[in-house]
Amino acid sequence: MIAATPIIHLAQVSKSFSKKRAAPAYVAVDRLDLEVAPGQLLALLGKTGCGKSTIFNMIAGLTEPTSGTVTVDGRNPFSDFDSFRGKIAIVFQNDRLLPWRTAVQNVELGLEMLDVPAGQRKETAMHWLARLGLRGHENDHPHALSGGMRQRVSIARAFATDANILLCDEPFSALDEMTARALRAEFVRLVKENGKTAVFVTHSINEALDIGDRIVVLKRPANIAVDLPLTAATEAAEKEAIRHQIQSVLAA
Amino acid sequence: MTVPQAESSLTAGWSAGLGRRGLFYVLPFAVVAGLWQFASLFFPPFLFPSLVDVFKRCFEIFVSWSQFSDVLATVGRILAGLAGAFIVGATLAVMMARSRAVNDFLSPILTLFQGIPALSWVVFAIIWFHGIEPRIFFIMVMTTLPAFTFQVLSALQAMSRDLMEMVMSFRPTRAKLFRTMIIPAILPDILTAWKVNLGNASRVVVVAELVGATGGVGYELLQQQQVFDMAGALAWTLQLVFFVLIAQAVLTLIENIAFRYRAVSERSL
Repeated sequence: MIAATPIIHLAQVSKSFSKKRAAPAYVAVDRLDLEVAPGQLLALLGKTGCGKSTIFNMIAGLTEPTSGTVTVDGRNPFSDFDSFRGKIAIVFQNDRLLPWRTAVQNVELGLEMLDVPAGQRKETAMHWLARLGLRGHENDHPHALSGGMRQRVSIARAFATDANILLCDEPFSALDEMTARALRAEFVRLVKENGKTAVFVTHSINEALDIGDRIVVLKRPANIAVDLPLTAATEAAEKEAIRHQIQSVLAA
Repeated sequence: MTVPQAESSLTAGWSAGLGRRGLFYVLPFAVVAGLWQFASLFFPPFLFPSLVDVFKRCFEIFVSWSQFSDVLATVGRILAGLAGAFIVGATLAVMMARSRAVNDFLSPILTLFQGIPALSWVVFAIIWFHGIEPRIFFIMVMTTLPAFTFQVLSALQAMSRDLMEMVMSFRPTRAKLFRTMIIPAILPDILTAWKVNLGNASRVVVVAELVGATGGVGYELLQQQQVFDMAGALAWTLQLVFFVLIAQAVLTLIENIAFRYRAVSERSL
């Protein structure tokens, strides 16, 4: 499936969570093998509770696998946590903006971690807010912004660090369809324009078809049920066939 | 209605609301003061002195450096004790939040400390320490330390896991994590802890000074008690009350400035 050297590589990765004494551990991910090529926009699709977010957190280095290896750009994102500063950016399911910071200060957050000088930090943050249609709202606090605007700020925050790898955990699931569709299109354009590699976790088949140039459907506990490449040339009829294929896999 | 008319009626309504709130705030004090003044007409001054005499004594304390320095000494002791307790308490709280073993070890000890009366700490301090200031500092720290520790610990534990995870995703250094996330997140609870402990500290400092000091509001209260001077006792007490009120107002001002970002609902509790 991967021709180029993968930038993200999961080999026989399992993750289980221990429960109370004597109860068996909950297996969230089971011996998963997954590779993502540089520049690829991978949609990770599965039902709620199938372990998508656990995979996401392991790639982000926020969770350690129980067994197997996760490497990102040749290194372990959990044990080499600090070495990924500025290399991985995340857009979460909810916007997760710091309520005590204005929109522009929220976008500056990742740049502060990279010790970018204040002037340059602000300039970059303003640039990304403007690109995401938030000119005039730079000094608003999160409570004064709508859900869609807050999610735009969180996307701006992720892009501002210019990280090579973007991880997105159902970032548009809480938005209305029209806003989500507009943001999805904007997101894909920005990813492609800036040559990023992105892993996009979703439970929506439509969203996966809209966004991904590869769709990996997960079954529970998280392992690959089907791996489907898409191209810009994929016809609407072909997409419809893929949709039915995914539906039948998820229904099984 | 024209725009200027509407504006003037709004201003009038706002002023009336402010006046009503002010009246409700002052009314209880006015009633207590009136009852006291009424009692002063029928009882001797060493039981219920006239409020005029009390305020005269207050003014004398305020304008006389030798007396006002006693007030400042007490204020200094309160602030030093609270600062010491806060620094030690916050450090302990961070250690407890980071390690379950430390939490399990320190929690029972701090709970035990909470059960020890302030007067017992006064006795221990007199036995253990020679100097007046170390004694009072020790008493102030020991009586407010558990509350500070538990309050900061509770704030650390209540921090949003989502926000913490988001900040961690940018791989901050420990110093940056504290500056950008932890301190702003727990600041409201820290200010509340200071407000609560300020009242406790002002009560404890008087006990500490009553027993072991040669200056300060507590010491002066002891002098008034020995000569049955109720007006003096009230005047010295009021100095401490004024300080607590001013300090609370300063903390509230800091809150109002620091937490302007909070959304305000048009409906409240």
